[in-house]
Amino acid sequence: MKDQSLPGRTSLTRRGALALAGAAVGSGAVTGFPTIWAQNIRNITLRQAGTGVSGLNAIAEQCKKDTGITLQLTVMDTDALAQRAATQPRSFDIADIEYMTTKKVYPVGTMQAIERRRITHADKIVPIFTTGRLTPASAIAQGTAPHTVGFVANRLATAFEPSQTEWMTLIPTIYNADTLGIRPDLINRPITNWKDLVDPAFRGKASIVNVPNIGIMDAAMVMESAGQAPYADKGNMTRAEIDRTTAFLIDLKRQGHFRAFWKTFDESVNLMASGEVIIQSMWSPAVAAVRSRGIACTYQPLAEGYRAWGGGLGIARHVSGLQLDAAYEYLNWYLSGWTGAYLNRQGYYSAVLETAKAQMSPAEWDFWMEGKPAATDILAPDGRVMERAGAVRDGGSFTERMGKVACWNSVMNEERYMVQKWNEFIAA
Amino acid sequence: MRGTVVSWLLAAPLALVLAVFLVVPLVVLVAVSFYDYDSFRLIPDFVFTNYIEVFGSPVTWRTYAKTFWFAGITWAITLMLGFWIAYYLAFVVEGTGRRTLLFLLCTIPFWTSNLIRMIAWVPFLGRNGLLNQALLGAGVIDQPLEFLLFSDFAVVLAFVHLYTLFMVVPIFNTMMRIDRQLIEAAVDAGADFWRVLRHVIIPLCKPGIAIGSIFVIVLVMGDFVTVRLMSGGQSASVGLMISNQISLLQYPAAAANAVVLLAVVLLMVAAILRAIDIRKEL
Repeated sequence: MKDQSLPGRTSLTRRGALALAGAAVGSGAVTGFPTIWAQNIRNITLRQAGTGVSGLNAIAEQCKKDTGITLQLTVMDTDALAQRAATQPRSFDIADIEYMTTKKVYPVGTMQAIERRRITHADKIVPIFTTGRLTPASAIAQGTAPHTVGFVANRLATAFEPSQTEWMTLIPTIYNADTLGIRPDLINRPITNWKDLVDPAFRGKASIVNVPNIGIMDAAMVMESAGQAPYADKGNMTRAEIDRTTAFLIDLKRQGHFRAFWKTFDESVNLMASGEVIIQSMWSPAVAAVRSRGIACTYQPLAEGYRAWGGGLGIARHVSGLQLDAAYEYLNWYLSGWTGAYLNRQGYYSAVLETAKAQMSPAEWDFWMEGKPAATDILAPDGRVMERAGAVRDGGSFTERMGKVACWNSVMNEERYMVQKWNEFIAA
Repeated sequence: MRGTVVSWLLAAPLALVLAVFLVVPLVVLVAVSFYDYDSFRLIPDFVFTNYIEVFGSPVTWRTYAKTFWFAGITWAITLMLGFWIAYYLAFVVEGTGRRTLLFLLCTIPFWTSNLIRMIAWVPFLGRNGLLNQALLGAGVIDQPLEFLLFSDFAVVLAFVHLYTLFMVVPIFNTMMRIDRQLIEAAVDAGADFWRVLRHVIIPLCKPGIAIGSIFVIVLVMGDFVTVRLMSGGQSASVGLMISNQISLLQYPAAAANAVVLLAVVLLMVAAILRAIDIRKEL
């Protein structure tokens, strides 16, 4: 996910956080501290910089209630966040960033590694983030797979380690598998492959995301699916591969294949809801937003698999002492179930499934995680009915979706060149 | 002597504001355009790579051509529309009250924000939009017209809608200053409508036309929101190119592009001012 102009998710401002803190203290809701130093932590504020995907007020409120820690959220888009993490490390205590961003940011040396033994549920983290394999038998996906940038040698090391160590760069929190969204009411044949995006039947009715490092991978999925030479690594293309991919896109653009390119969440929703576009790259909450308008929209699973992304929480290097203790307390709280359930209920996935499961009803768990038909109406976190009883989640169960990841959101070594070529495509 | 001090003091606040908020940022902009950069850092340096990349890339030339094209077409249309609207308001409408009322009507589009005005075109021009449905319903077409939205047509339409008023106001102003006796004299001397227009009204309106043209051209040359929204991301403009570079943290490249754009626009403004002396009538 990149540009996070999600509707209805405003950042928690400083004043808002303070008001919230005041309200929580005043109402006497702050009780039951889990550890001995909790009385001190009560006064601690952690400043978290993140994207709109997980920078959610509800999480800050619950955190205050459960731990007493005041979470001050600042929400920005992925690019601004990467810049902030690398250049203004003292402006935040916790970075809520994507693993692909970590690849760029961590070597700058503004973060400190997280000690695995202090994370209560470290051993229960989904193995995608530790070994790269969902099950011992599954393959490791291309791109910036989280486990490749998940570990370093010691607290202050900046070089990634190829295998697990005691020091983690991020505690994984949220992830998902992206695919194409379609309007099943306007497409009267089954969509099964990425190459269907460029089917001439959809000329003038297709769209692709105009975020270079994500869009180019979607294009690469399409090209491989269409039988063109496979890529060694779609998440780390050579210059020749970048040339080949953008030439392919420019050709399609000249034929008038694309109706538009979208950059923000709302644009993708509007293109789909208005029927201007009937097949396009999409993010899962955007599909939900189209559906919530009563318009059919499917997050279509495809034979070649998904393009996945994952994010996590990291600690800024300057954090120390009691504040560092509070940061660990917060990370442990994040994995302890409430947030996991909250994220799972929005169609994302949480890093420790066991604790999240305990916080979800069996019907919710079966619908979101097992891919079974909803036994009862499924409610959105705000209480609205999201799916009627009997509905089935697109793409099926957690294992079916996360087990079919073809590549992860990536930062390429040739990024500057890729962006240049991508701009050529947009200007062509 | 005292008079000089007072004039200096009177001019000082504006000079200070301009120096701090215009000159200093511009100097920084120019300085940064010579910096080097990587993914995260601006590296203070004096390199020409940013400019070499700007001038060496065919994308730049294509984008400038496209931007000039948008500016040219928008200018021509807004000038035609703006001139005749101003003419109607200044010479045809009788009475100050009615004139003020009609003038206010012209500003209605500006009662909402720029962005909302543009977004409102989508349900109107879209494939399933009002216009297509009306045309389909009337039997004029049997296929929805695709070029109405997410096309250059849509971009120019939005520009014209947004900027015609910027042409109307200055032209209307100069027209109101024209001494009506001049027109009477011309008519008495036997000039017909077109002769009056060519030899009296247009020459006296030149300053207004120049100011309106500067508004429209400067606005179109620097635009990035209209082009992106109305073309659905399919078209590029120089402003869009700069905005993309900023979002990718390539500040020096964006700065170099901005310096070039600034120079180009200043040259265009200088050319207009050279052709028409606007001070003559102000």
